[in-house]
Amino acid sequence: MFGGIDPGLLIASLMVASVPIILAAIGELVVERAGVLNLGVEGMMIMGAVCGFIASVQTGSAVLGFVGGALGGAALALIFAVLTQFLLANQVASGLALTLFGLGLSSLLGQGFVGIRPPATEALPFGPLAESPFFGRVIFGHDWVVYLSIASVAVAWWVLKSTRLGLILRAVGENHDAAHALGYKVRRIRVLAILFGGAMAGLGGAYVSLVRVPQWTDGITAGAGWIALAIVVFAAWRPWRALIGAYLFGGISVLQLNLQAAGARIPVEYLSMSPYLITIVVLVIMSSGKGKAALNAPANLGQTFHASR
Amino acid sequence: MLRLEKRPSPSRFWQGMTPVLAVVLTMIAGGVMFAALGKDPVEAIRTIFWDPLFNAQFASYSRPQLLVKAGPLILIAIGLSLGFRAGIWNIGAEGQYIMGALAGAGVGLAFYPAQHWGIFPLMVLAGALGGWVWAMIPAILKTRFNTNEILVSLLMVYIAQNILSSMSLGLLRNPEGGGFPGSRNLSQYPSASNPELIAGTGMHWGVIAAFMAVIAAHILLQRHILGFHIKLAGQAPRAARFAGVNPTGLVLLCMGISGALAGLAGLFEVAGPAGQISIDFNVGYGFTAIIVAFLGRLNPIGILLAGLLMALTYIGGELAQFMLGLPAAAIQAFQGMLLFFLLAVDLLSNYRVRLGAKVEAA
Amino acid sequence: MTRPELLRVAGVTKAYPGVVANSDVSFAIAEGEIHALLGENGAGKSTLVKMIYGLVKPDAGRMTLRGAEYAPAEPRAARAAGVAMVFQHFSLFEALNVAENVALGMENPPPMKALAGRIRAVSAEYGLPLDPARMVGDLSAGERQRVEIIRCLLQDPKLLIMDEPTSVLTPQEVDILFKTLRQLASEGTAILYISHKLEEIRSLCDEATILRRGKVVATCTPRDRSAREMAELMVGATLTPPARAGGTKGRTALEVAGLSVASPIAFGTSLRDVTFAVRRGEVLGIAGVAGNGQDELLLALSGEVRAGRDTVRIDGAGVGDRGPNERRALGLVSAPEERLGHAAAPDMTLVENALLSGALRKRLTANGFIDWEATTAFARGIVEEFDVRTPGTHVAARALSGGNLQKFVVGRELLQAPGVIVINQPTWGVDAAAAAAIRQAILDRAAGGAAVVVISQDLDELLEISDNFAALNEGRLTKARPVAGLTIDEIGLMMGGAHGMEVAHHGH
Repeated sequence: MFGGIDPGLLIASLMVASVPIILAAIGELVVERAGVLNLGVEGMMIMGAVCGFIASVQTGSAVLGFVGGALGGAALALIFAVLTQFLLANQVASGLALTLFGLGLSSLLGQGFVGIRPPATEALPFGPLAESPFFGRVIFGHDWVVYLSIASVAVAWWVLKSTRLGLILRAVGENHDAAHALGYKVRRIRVLAILFGGAMAGLGGAYVSLVRVPQWTDGITAGAGWIALAIVVFAAWRPWRALIGAYLFGGISVLQLNLQAAGARIPVEYLSMSPYLITIVVLVIMSSGKGKAALNAPANLGQTFHASR
Repeated sequence: MLRLEKRPSPSRFWQGMTPVLAVVLTMIAGGVMFAALGKDPVEAIRTIFWDPLFNAQFASYSRPQLLVKAGPLILIAIGLSLGFRAGIWNIGAEGQYIMGALAGAGVGLAFYPAQHWGIFPLMVLAGALGGWVWAMIPAILKTRFNTNEILVSLLMVYIAQNILSSMSLGLLRNPEGGGFPGSRNLSQYPSASNPELIAGTGMHWGVIAAFMAVIAAHILLQRHILGFHIKLAGQAPRAARFAGVNPTGLVLLCMGISGALAGLAGLFEVAGPAGQISIDFNVGYGFTAIIVAFLGRLNPIGILLAGLLMALTYIGGELAQFMLGLPAAAIQAFQGMLLFFLLAVDLLSNYRVRLGAKVEAA
Repeated sequence: MTRPELLRVAGVTKAYPGVVANSDVSFAIAEGEIHALLGENGAGKSTLVKMIYGLVKPDAGRMTLRGAEYAPAEPRAARAAGVAMVFQHFSLFEALNVAENVALGMENPPPMKALAGRIRAVSAEYGLPLDPARMVGDLSAGERQRVEIIRCLLQDPKLLIMDEPTSVLTPQEVDILFKTLRQLASEGTAILYISHKLEEIRSLCDEATILRRGKVVATCTPRDRSAREMAELMVGATLTPPARAGGTKGRTALEVAGLSVASPIAFGTSLRDVTFAVRRGEVLGIAGVAGNGQDELLLALSGEVRAGRDTVRIDGAGVGDRGPNERRALGLVSAPEERLGHAAAPDMTLVENALLSGALRKRLTANGFIDWEATTAFARGIVEEFDVRTPGTHVAARALSGGNLQKFVVGRELLQAPGVIVINQPTWGVDAAAAAAIRQAILDRAAGGAAVVVISQDLDELLEISDNFAALNEGRLTKARPVAGLTIDEIGLMMGGAHGMEVAHHGH
């Protein structure tokens, strides 16, 4: 069954397939570490996808497309920040609203852009390195966003673990009352984290419409935002584990696509539902028994903060 | 600077007024959006909210549609609202809706072409069961393994959609359909159809079920200890445990009810207005119902009104699409905006907003 | 006194909607002075120190620090000016380690390794052993307080504010803390010491400012006054200790045997082999420093956490595996420590909150349908009999003051004709008059034949109302002993002596 699939190609393509989810998951991971649960990742991703697409088509630059995607995601995140941090709205409901609104608005914005091809995002020129047999493809054969996604994991890990900024962010997520009592600006820190999360989700969305597909159709992110949310739980709020989770998911997506292409005897529908199914299975394993994913959750996750006195 | 001050008790006035305020704000913001799309905002708003009901040319077609669209929205939203009140977030009603429709239609089609009065009731039962089973999966994963029900219930929508397309291309495909995807048309199979009960009203069994659900939920929440426990669990989970509420039972109950109601909505839709199982017979009622539940403030009577209003935006949106060329997506964005404004103004019921402020030390 | 003045507070006023927390408050502290701020719960002590620490801005009045104008806009400014504070409810992060917690309280913390070294050095110097790498969630209450104190000391404060520091300590730990504070004072650090415990203040403090209802009612030298004099200044009335009828004890109503349960609370303390029995008419007082299994014991007795069938027996019937309502049916009522969110739902009305635990014993439902009239009548009855100050029974629980809500919660349980009563912290955060009323009501029920378990961190309270006394220490309960004849040293040892001192010996 796997006979026709080249492992080098498989790894290389799973790295590409995972990029949107890594970016969105790292963004959400930082948001949740700050104690905020933003369920609107799917909405922010698709806004990033459409804004990135429009920006790149209009400017003819793929890089500006990614900038546009990040801004689109952050703009939607700003609404979430206002709702939850200033108007003290329920975070679960606000996140859902973000997704519902994002899906509608993106399809509205994308109307004139169906069927267009965006400018290409080329692999970085590593020269002869890219020609080497296995590693050429796996390590040196990608576009810059793939490297950015891995770098974002490393940076998030380092900032959270070793910097004062990361310490303050974690403190705010663990106990906002105590952080406030020590004089930290809980709301400001959370708003910034939410905007960062939105920009990262937007980047991820832009990668879908500019590189993965690459064109614009309604609902293009197809649940990637929800998968990213699941990956954060899977990762127990740790960046490197999010990378593993995203690669696992990417591997399954790529594999099932290859099986579809190879004309496997399993019906197409069951192959295309497999990533979702496996995400659920992984969630169950992570949250059950003494896997203890939940115990690593920031203590104030999803709770509204209002400094009354 | 604006300052927020927590009210000692929630304001009754604002609890009732916030949805109205949100609708008004959404109309304003929606008007701006329509203007940006190059449409006359006043005309667009009138086409959406007024013409379907009162324009002589359209009302005869549109009015019955109101109940047709509101029925499933209300039915699903009532179920969701019970869970939301208890702090149990089933956001996968769309999947439960699909699975209810598949199960119900499957039972009906299995009997084709037999005629018997018992077939439709059996389908109703199967529809509820289909939705219930689909909701039980996240429910049991939550109670047994503490898995997040929000993510699981949502991910299961994608699985349900794949099952739907598999079914409409395979098992349930109309053998006489010339190879086109989609099942036999149930509305042409009297024993299995959910017809309009009173001509020209749009009333069908699903609408009746929705009204019954509203009444039952109202009594449950106002008069019954179970309803009290649902509210308690959502507001103060530890107090609920102190009161003797079994959290596991509550999750199973709330997820089960919402799943069964969503499944029922799916069955009534597929046997009635939609007529057949097809790849895209579902139009997102399961997600829009989330907005309906919040717009109705998770209150059964409120949901009834909110469901009618939301149905109006669907019908008015179609009309505006037809008359003004307003894109369908604009309505979807409009509905999303409504939820934003609702969440934004909701704080008025629990906080006082004060202008300017404290007198600084001299 | 010849010591130079450090901080002067002059005419400070702060009002919140509905209450004036501080009204024209003035006092001064000299360098190296230990100054007590004495007052009942709600007298305005916390608001006052929050103003000094920059968390709250005064509406009127001014402060000077070493003669210079002092108006901190935020805690950071206060810390920069040399003011440090140890909070009553610690401002700590359980999932972070000691060093990280300390770093969060400093303006420019050194790198983690250097900081860990300084923590070890300072903690040794002041006799407060602490391991910088440990997770704060795993520390005892006393050790957590050390984290806060060391966090302050690393900044070389000129003024150290301590808000009710001894409420989480055993008597032995209190001695250690006082030694540290005296050492600090002798080095020139001024200490503002907030408390309502008179004997402590008499033994520790040089000066005292007494607050009542937001106003300064007296300034005195505590050593020259009797505890009784200060109590009357603080409360504004003469208090009568609760009257108790030394009635005879009946047969055993509550029996707990070999009760061990894992804590359902993150960083909680599991119960280990807890055994005790309470007879009808008897009050068993259970002492212990916060976080030694009190919450877990209440949960296991109320039925919110279940164990083996025979670990808990009510009148001989095994109920250890039963839920709260099955235990209520047999006559056991309970009142958890946390009023808002556990004993009562904050946003629900008093009527709804009466239904919360009263539905069963007061027969407020029929076939599951709620009798709202009877429920309202029950709520009114509680309000009347327990003198709950409220505009009516339709208001949300969160609108009541802490003391009034506590009276409501205790009243709700006591009015259900219970055979067994379990209460955790019956008078926590309640003013003296209300506390006296609650204690009296509990004693009355005991005299009426109920078996009572009172879990409390207030030793004076327990000694006042209990017949027998036991203590929780790291989830284990000591054998119960009659209160009569117990010395404070024995009590301290029952509570575990000085926690964590062994760690110190390993450290060196």
